[in-house]
Amino acid sequence: MSADTGINSPGRAQVGLKTARTDKWWLAPLRIGVILGFFVVYATIRIFMNKWYWVNDYHYLTPLYSPCINEGCSPGSSHLGTWFPKFPVFIPYSIITFAVLAGFRGTCYYYRKAGYRSLFFAPAACAVPEPHKSYTGERKFPLIALNLHRYFFYGALVFGILNVYDGVLAFHGKDGGFGFGLGTLIIWINLVMLWLYTLSCHACRHIVGGRLKNFSKHPLRYRYWTFVSKLNPKHGTFAMASLFTVILTDFYIMALSAGWFSDLRFFN
Amino acid sequence: MTYKGKFRVWRGDAEGGDLQDYEVEVNEGEVVLDVIHRLQATQAPDMAVRWNCKAGKCGSCSAEINGMPKLMCMCRMNTFDEDEVVTVTPMRTFPVIRDLVTDVSYNYTKAREVKAFTPPADLKPGEYRMQQVDVERSQEFRKCIECFLCQNTCHVIRDHEENKESFSGPRFLMRIAELDMHPLDAADRQHQAQDDHGLGFCNITKCCTEVCPEHIKITDNALIPMKERVADRKYDPIVWLGNKIRRRA
Repeated sequence: MSADTGINSPGRAQVGLKTARTDKWWLAPLRIGVILGFFVVYATIRIFMNKWYWVNDYHYLTPLYSPCINEGCSPGSSHLGTWFPKFPVFIPYSIITFAVLAGFRGTCYYYRKAGYRSLFFAPAACAVPEPHKSYTGERKFPLIALNLHRYFFYGALVFGILNVYDGVLAFHGKDGGFGFGLGTLIIWINLVMLWLYTLSCHACRHIVGGRLKNFSKHPLRYRYWTFVSKLNPKHGTFAMASLFTVILTDFYIMALSAGWFSDLRFFN
Repeated sequence: MTYKGKFRVWRGDAEGGDLQDYEVEVNEGEVVLDVIHRLQATQAPDMAVRWNCKAGKCGSCSAEINGMPKLMCMCRMNTFDEDEVVTVTPMRTFPVIRDLVTDVSYNYTKAREVKAFTPPADLKPGEYRMQQVDVERSQEFRKCIECFLCQNTCHVIRDHEENKESFSGPRFLMRIAELDMHPLDAADRQHQAQDDHGLGFCNITKCCTEVCPEHIKITDNALIPMKERVADRKYDPIVWLGNKIRRRA
């Protein structure tokens, strides 16, 4: 920020400090920035690996590769069939999944706050000056596209249903019948967190009832809105928790698939 | 327990000023405004400070305490260590008048720019009927005491003076959301919010919510729902098409 703009603008109190905050205001954006950075690096590496996403013995499929729909997918992992020929090596098998789910998180109101604070310092913390000379917000391309968050929400719903289908298939025993192990449990914990994150979304809250002027004329939608409004204050918590559970689920399945260790089986 | 508190208070006016050090008596149960008053009574009789109710309801004593926008009357001294230096400055988004008093007329200008409640043309005063369930959502926003701490902390204008003309700030975007959610308001609030009051500047970093002394969920309950309503009207092709077809039908 230059010398005569922002808090240094003519007429404002010339305090002489960028910020008078004495608390550790930098800690929260640093922590979130490290977590987001780790997830971006981890997810990028994983989607370009194109392997270790399927455990045939127990029918575990990592959410990062669901659905796997090209001819290069491991046998048994293509629950929805193969819609495309084998992708060349530089195209991730999960490119559609990744585009929709990264789009959902990238346009999410919580992650926007986290990203603006941690990655763009706009601002890093309240009453701490941002370093940018000018600011136009979300009014111009490309950031104006963030207004399409609702479409990614619709996509996330579809992928959420597919994840439930994968979760049901994960009750698969080694002998072909019913069975479950630690992997099944991890997959279902991840499913719960993903659905809590998806259903607590601000776009969901708007779509189910928030857009209405008269709740009294739409009692059912009012009940949906009330339900989502109860989840919504925890949206940030669900966002970060589901980020960790996605990584945990993917890592566990990768480890099983690669043979680093074997699944802890509770039944069959 | 009584102790000598260390204070740094900004003294000056629009021409300039600096932080001045004081040692002031602090008693158990006091808030920052009590200490500022004692300072005024014992050491700095010419120090300017705006205050009124001392109960967090008038919104007059807004300032920045250790850099955070707060009401002086609601900031308890027992939240600080006894040897901690407490820095008190005026709000840094608005022009300073003197010492801790700022000129908040920007907010009054923006308030006047918000179109008043507009009932349907065929509804006369006395004929307004509405259900409690339809109005209770926006009643949260009526708790606002207009302390302007949210306006002060919003980086859109705090860090960019040039945006003041086109951005009304969280307090007045919340007012627009309140009107838009009103069951009997017939004005086009969505276009106004985006085009005339700069809702698109808001990047929902939630500092307005963080500093609100009334704990109003400004971002989650007013600004984001308003952004979604604007998206309905301006950016969502399917909703736009649906509305077009419905109107034709």
